[in-house]
Amino acid sequence: MLEHYLSLATKAIFVENMALAFFLGMCSFLAVSKKVDTAIGLGGAVIFVLTVTTPLNQFLSTKFLGEGSLAWMGLPDVDLGFLSFLVLIGTIAATVQIVEMALDRYSPGLYNALGVFLPLIAVNCAILGASLFMVERDYSLGEATVFGLGSGIGWALAIAALAAIREKLRYSNMPPALRGLGATFIVVGLMSVGFMAFSGIQL
Amino acid sequence: MDPIRDALDKAAPLFEKGGRLEKLYPLYEMHDTILYTPGEVTQTSSHVRDGMDLKRMMFSVVIALIPCILWAMYNTGYQAQFAIASGALPLDNWQSWLLHELGFSFRNTNPILCVIHGSLYYLPVLITTMAAGGLVEVTSASIRGHEVNEGFLVSGMLFPLTLPPTIPLWMVFIGIAFGIIFGKEVFGGTGMNFLNPALVGRAFLFFAYPAYMSGDAPWIAANFSGVDSFTGATLLAQAAVTSGALEAASWWKSFFGLIPGSMGETSTFACLLGAGLLLVTRIGSWRTMLGVVVGTIGMALVLNLAGSATNPLFAVPFYWHFVLGGWAFGMVFMATDPVSSAFTDVGKMYYGIGIGVLCILIRVVNPAYPEGMMLSILFMNMFAPLIDHFIVQANIRRREAGYAT
Repeated sequence: MLEHYLSLATKAIFVENMALAFFLGMCSFLAVSKKVDTAIGLGGAVIFVLTVTTPLNQFLSTKFLGEGSLAWMGLPDVDLGFLSFLVLIGTIAATVQIVEMALDRYSPGLYNALGVFLPLIAVNCAILGASLFMVERDYSLGEATVFGLGSGIGWALAIAALAAIREKLRYSNMPPALRGLGATFIVVGLMSVGFMAFSGIQL
Repeated sequence: MDPIRDALDKAAPLFEKGGRLEKLYPLYEMHDTILYTPGEVTQTSSHVRDGMDLKRMMFSVVIALIPCILWAMYNTGYQAQFAIASGALPLDNWQSWLLHELGFSFRNTNPILCVIHGSLYYLPVLITTMAAGGLVEVTSASIRGHEVNEGFLVSGMLFPLTLPPTIPLWMVFIGIAFGIIFGKEVFGGTGMNFLNPALVGRAFLFFAYPAYMSGDAPWIAANFSGVDSFTGATLLAQAAVTSGALEAASWWKSFFGLIPGSMGETSTFACLLGAGLLLVTRIGSWRTMLGVVVGTIGMALVLNLAGSATNPLFAVPFYWHFVLGGWAFGMVFMATDPVSSAFTDVGKMYYGIGIGVLCILIRVVNPAYPEGMMLSILFMNMFAPLIDHFIVQANIRRREAGYAT
């Protein structure tokens, strides 16, 4: 069992890296990767939100939303599947709100540095993506937790590495037209080539 | 005065500001500074007096590569001659035609014949690389106004050595152009990049044309149709399929590099000769190399212990990993690239260990790629700045704590 969880986590971190294999969560990935410290802060927030929301959404979608999932209430014919997007996003938004309040109270520096991108985690595609992958692949509650944690770690690792590279490239003499986002896109593309080292691993 | 200096001085006004060929000044500057030590010195406050400038440094790497280059020519020819002697047909191309017209036998493994045969495959690849890379470098130097320097020379020497002998030349062209442009020039040229340009080009070819580059198709310049006993696949690719492949092969043969593979990567011995020079001149970091060795041994031992019933690669001992594929070449020439590796001393160790561990992991666990060295170095190049960041932060914290009282 432990082996299964371990391979699931490895897969989520490296093989199916949210940022560099699926290119999910790009907006904050590109925007908040100017400084390593901020990037690690945002990465931590994303890890937390993913670890909480993925199992929560797993619980909701298996117990309330999917076809026949209301059988335990005596309503086997009811299918609330049409509500699933709404509920998944709602859970995520609520969790992000909690993280935001906690950061504001306990780490105002990071809260200010993250700025508008903290509430925007709510619409970070990586987080909704993890929930949707989880529904599609029929993960159990345990698997969903591990998958959420792994996806978060993978995303945080990618943004931290990108931020460090961008800090290094700040001293580069890039062509003026490429400075900023243009070069960042190229860097992300090259990074995803590096992450392709893991594609094809069967776990 | 000597005639070369005179000729250069005579040509100078053409290229200097206001001259007709002003745009091509980098080209002039390149030749001038390769032949003569430039007279300029640093003008501003930061002033290091050292004969070891970028040019000498890069040239030392090129000199360190010479054993590998010689071996590339010999072994490429030897593999082809040997295969043909054991029943394969010569390839239907201009190299075979030329050898035939010159009256050489294909079945003879005479060393001189091998070198001639091999250089017919190696030299066109090298020339294409230099021409394509030079075109990109000179063009961007003219546009951006930076110098053409030897960083490109090293990338251009490394790149052909990592390619199989049978690679079509247009692929060589695309690969090195991609590597130089996206690996280096978009970031402003030598010293500004974060990935090794030769590796970027190699990885680009690897992912764009996997059929040619993965190592399970024949990598010997001969036609194997109708020959069953001789697969032409690299030893690493064979070891992944059959468990007895390595027991049947000779370790020493592999160490000296008499095996099919990328042109310059097969000989661990030639790479170690180069490593000696890089270590003596302190251009290659011993910390990185040591890290790679430690990481490889550690990970190989762990996998040996773990074992696997279905995957024969789990049981491959670490000393075999040392002589297979591009391990030695990658460790000596790619991992130690001072620009793309970690900068801090401690960081170099972690960086090297990461390469060793990942290389073994990719080789053994990932069935899609038989070779892991290139990708693991590329991967650790990506994380080198992050490693440096943590090392520097830790140092700052430690010193802050020391001054706190």
